[in-house]
Amino acid sequence: MMLKIKNLHVSIDGKEILKGLNLEINPGEVHAIMGPNGAGKSTLASVLAGREEYEISDGTVDFDGKDLLELSTEDRAREGLFLAFQYPIEIPGVSNIQFLRTALNEIREYRGQEQISAKDFMALVREKSKIVELDSKLASRSVNEGFSGGEKKRNEIFQMAMIDPKLAILDETDSGLDIDALRIVANGVNKLKSKENATIVITHYQRLLDYIIPDFVHVLYNGKIVKTGPKELALELEERGYDWIKEELGMEN
Amino acid sequence: MSKLNVGETYEIDINNSNQAFILSAELRSKAAQIIASTDFPTTKTEAWKYTRVTKIKNTKFKILADFPLWRGIKGEESSNQIDKFLIPNLSGSVIVFVNGLFSSELSTIEAENGLEILPLNQDNTFKKDLGKLIPLENEIFYSLNTFYAQDGIAIRIAKNTQLKQTIQLIFISSGENTYIGNRNVIRCEDFSKAHITMNYVSLDNELAFNNTITEISVGSNAHLSVDKIQQESESMNSIISEFVQQEKDSTFSINTFTLGGDLVRNNLNIDVNGQNCETYLSGAYILKSKQHVDNHTIVDHKVAYCESNELYKGVIDDQATAVFNGKVFVRKDAQKINAFQSNGNILLSNTATINSKPELEIYADDVKCSHGSTTGQLDEEAIFYLKSRGISYKTAKKMIVGAFLEDVIKRVSNEHVQLYVNSLTNNSLKV
Repeated sequence: MMLKIKNLHVSIDGKEILKGLNLEINPGEVHAIMGPNGAGKSTLASVLAGREEYEISDGTVDFDGKDLLELSTEDRAREGLFLAFQYPIEIPGVSNIQFLRTALNEIREYRGQEQISAKDFMALVREKSKIVELDSKLASRSVNEGFSGGEKKRNEIFQMAMIDPKLAILDETDSGLDIDALRIVANGVNKLKSKENATIVITHYQRLLDYIIPDFVHVLYNGKIVKTGPKELALELEERGYDWIKEELGMEN
Repeated sequence: MSKLNVGETYEIDINNSNQAFILSAELRSKAAQIIASTDFPTTKTEAWKYTRVTKIKNTKFKILADFPLWRGIKGEESSNQIDKFLIPNLSGSVIVFVNGLFSSELSTIEAENGLEILPLNQDNTFKKDLGKLIPLENEIFYSLNTFYAQDGIAIRIAKNTQLKQTIQLIFISSGENTYIGNRNVIRCEDFSKAHITMNYVSLDNELAFNNTITEISVGSNAHLSVDKIQQESESMNSIISEFVQQEKDSTFSINTFTLGGDLVRNNLNIDVNGQNCETYLSGAYILKSKQHVDNHTIVDHKVAYCESNELYKGVIDDQATAVFNGKVFVRKDAQKINAFQSNGNILLSNTATINSKPELEIYADDVKCSHGSTTGQLDEEAIFYLKSRGISYKTAKKMIVGAFLEDVIKRVSNEHVQLYVNSLTNNSLKV
């Protein structure tokens, strides 16, 4: 098993957001997490990536045999966890290329591997930027600065391709994308899929799941995963909303 | 007259020095009167509002004729000692001053047509014009420099001379309570072009005081660019002043990088006397512990059709303090002036301080002037983003601070100097 989240309780500013969340992910799988606003979807992504403002009061997260919650943000990345940000950050003055090369080399150093040569690195940039049809000019600009919304999301997937993580978490990567950008981003994710890696797709909309076909769809509601089903569950949620699940579970608003 | 003969006057001990003074008897006499009758500035003095000089006031400094460490760097070992202060791969003359005196052993003057370099205490031609434009009234530090200056460099770039190589000036300080007070003069004559670096360094960590003035003239259509690098010890008190006269169609740029020093005050005074001039003042400072760095600039636009551009940026940690006071005057009838001023700061600790005061004083009515000042903390969101890609906190911080300072560093046009400054700023970022 790659990721095992057990009874995770998380709060921020004294307010509990995740209330005993359980999730298990195996290599080769794609999991979609859906749910209404405020259910805790982005909190889950943030906690897995290591944002420090969250307080974890209970539960464990095992990532490939390591206690994920004990690792720093950078070590989680070096162990193979990747978060595609819902709102990618602009970093003026730091070039995309310099940033990625530093990242790759620090990851390699952690793993006891040699630094990547400039030549191999540039070849990798050319190869991987094609996957998301990212203009090579964007690769050499400052990180996300002046990028359109779609370019920012493509840049996230480009970084994912460069870093080649074991587990990728896509946090609302589809929000704000037009259908062409969505298709490019989804194709990119699909091309990167393998038997060894896994993906968590956090989304509001079923639309993305037409392009990235999940093995499992989870409904996150009120801090817990309340229902898990096959990909058809996403369609049902799109048509019927979330109220029927509340009724099915006998929950109040 | 070699000594001040006034009872309680601030005095610098010259008993160990056998050097002559380089300013005229007349100016020295005037300076002596001012020293005797002027108090040190306090925080009530507008131009010194944020900068205290009591440590200078309360220390008895001395001028040395010979120096314990100076002996140490003479002879065979000397070149090694100097090497670490050289800018790698930069060709051209290297002029070294140790504790205010020119060192012929450590200097290398590369002859170029139209270039004249000589120490002022060996000169008879430059001396006569020295000090004519330096205000002394109420200015105790300028007066101290005028009274005590014993040496300095004179550089003349003759008319139509485009220097191919950089002139590297290195000012070394060493020894306890040492006073250094150079008076330098740089003359870029009409249609000439030059690039000069001024590197201020220390050999030890002793309390010392550097009170240097450089008089600069940039002739018609001349281009002068200066990179001033301050990396003295954390016990150093430095008041470094440049007085610049710009004639028509000239370009003057100066980049000031302040990494070292306990108390540093930079006074940049630019008189733009001719039309169609360009003036670029830039600076970056990286401060920690209790460093106090005060950049004071005055650009005086006396005539029309000129442009000045000022960009200062700093990163301040621990209990350090930075002061930026940039003043631009646009005189009556100096129409069509474009003057731009900007100061940006990142405070890395809760106890770091910035006093930023860009000022415009405009008496003309058809000008384009703007000024701005920003202060912020390190962008934690950006740090998190970099960390989430496997980059350590330490590297992430360096990348973000480096990016913040980059537009100032990029203003250094010589690639070797730019690389040198880049590595200095990188090394001085505390992590």
